[in-house]
Amino acid sequence: MKLTLPLDKETLKILRIGDTVELTGNLYTARDAAHERMISTLEKGDPLPLNLEGVTIFYAGPCPAKPGEISGPIGPTTSVRMDPYVEPLMKEGVVGMIGKGDRSPYVAELCKEYGAVYFLGIGGAATLYGKTVKEVEIVAYEDLGTESIKRLYVEGLKVIVGIDTKGRVLQDEEIARYRTRSS
Amino acid sequence: MRVINTVELVPLIRKLTMKACIELDDNLIGALEESEKREESPLGKEIIGTLVENARAAKDEGLACCQDTGILVVYLSIGQEVVWQGNPLEEMVNEGVRQGYRDGYLRNSVVLDPFLRENSGDNTPCVLHTDIIPGDRVKILVMPKGAGSENMGRVQVLTPAQGKAGVKDFVVETVEKAGGKACPPLIVGVGVGGTMEKSAFLAKEALKRPIGERHREKHIAELEDELLEEINRLGIGPLGVGGRITALDVHIEVYPCHIASLPVAVNLQCHANRHAEAVL
Ligand code: SF4
Repeated sequence: MKLTLPLDKETLKILRIGDTVELTGNLYTARDAAHERMISTLEKGDPLPLNLEGVTIFYAGPCPAKPGEISGPIGPTTSVRMDPYVEPLMKEGVVGMIGKGDRSPYVAELCKEYGAVYFLGIGGAATLYGKTVKEVEIVAYEDLGTESIKRLYVEGLKVIVGIDTKGRVLQDEEIARYRTRSS
Repeated sequence: MRVINTVELVPLIRKLTMKACIELDDNLIGALEESEKREESPLGKEIIGTLVENARAAKDEGLACCQDTGILVVYLSIGQEVVWQGNPLEEMVNEGVRQGYRDGYLRNSVVLDPFLRENSGDNTPCVLHTDIIPGDRVKILVMPKGAGSENMGRVQVLTPAQGKAGVKDFVVETVEKAGGKACPPLIVGVGVGGTMEKSAFLAKEALKRPIGERHREKHIAELEDELLEEINRLGIGPLGVGGRITALDVHIEVYPCHIASLPVAVNLQCHANRHAEAVL
């Protein structure tokens, strides 16, 4: 299905694990270093450099863009490293996350509690992903280079619902279905 | 005796770096296409199809196939009849790496100090391995290694009594723990024997072998087949969304070891199985 960003509460509610979704609209990139800065800002009680209300975060750091191109290749990084930062950012209004790999069980609980969704990006499909980026703007932490927070306007970025607002986890259900090895 | 100026390495390594990050080879594409046919999970099938499409687009347009263009591992196998001239060899290798990442518009993902974590800004230094071989040629192989899969590697020194069963458990458990984080379908490199660091080195050596090729020793080739089957019974599937294809292949390299030890290391390679080589 095709969805427009920002995602509203009603849309989030109808998404189910395994749904393939094409996203169009603004995403914000943040990975390890940007998360650490946002969290220490919040801990000090200072305002964040961007409003996170309704935002979907893309755990990603792109390659540099070639001259004449809008964005370099870009793709999801491993999400589990961002797990400790999920709750404080959801409190600030984050409703979606795009990354790769499974997460700590408490992230599924948080998705349920806050009505948020975790999308699995196609790890390693960075050339195709880069082509969906139509605008790039550095929003904060420019000194972090590839790790700065960027606003990306994407058109048709393909992702899969990994954790839905019911707290169901795609990998938990699907891996069990295909597993034939006794543990 | 053959005299080579180290500066000759610069353009070669620059070119190999870009080639490796942009072009996935036919061996991998063929294996992915073949696995797409065997994958039963619709989502898994779709993902493999997207990866093949991505690889084609990257090659056509000269763009990095994956944004994590890694830390570069460089192997120089130097003929013993070669005498080097000019600037220090390691500096020239890194100059080639620097130019490759710059001119290929590849991502800089190296921090200088593992604690202070400041980006080096040009993806140097690489991890350089040299060895001496007969002859007067220099074989160069570069392997960009992304963190998603590299982070999930493990090494352990088992006891001889743990034997083959212990090695198998360790390998399968490593793949299971990695799940979707290492971007399966994987190529699983296993090093057995030597010492702790030797086994880790061998595990990466094992990744150099083309997909589909077996170890020359029959009992090790059989173990490779057994492990591949066991791993594909885990159900992890492409990118961990569930499915039959978790690994494309398992390669094992071995080395003699101490009577009292059985070192084993696993180095995971994601589907972006990147490498490029040349002979000087
Ligand atoms: S694990 Fe491999 S394919 Fe996945 S993001 Fe890292 S380098 Fe790319």
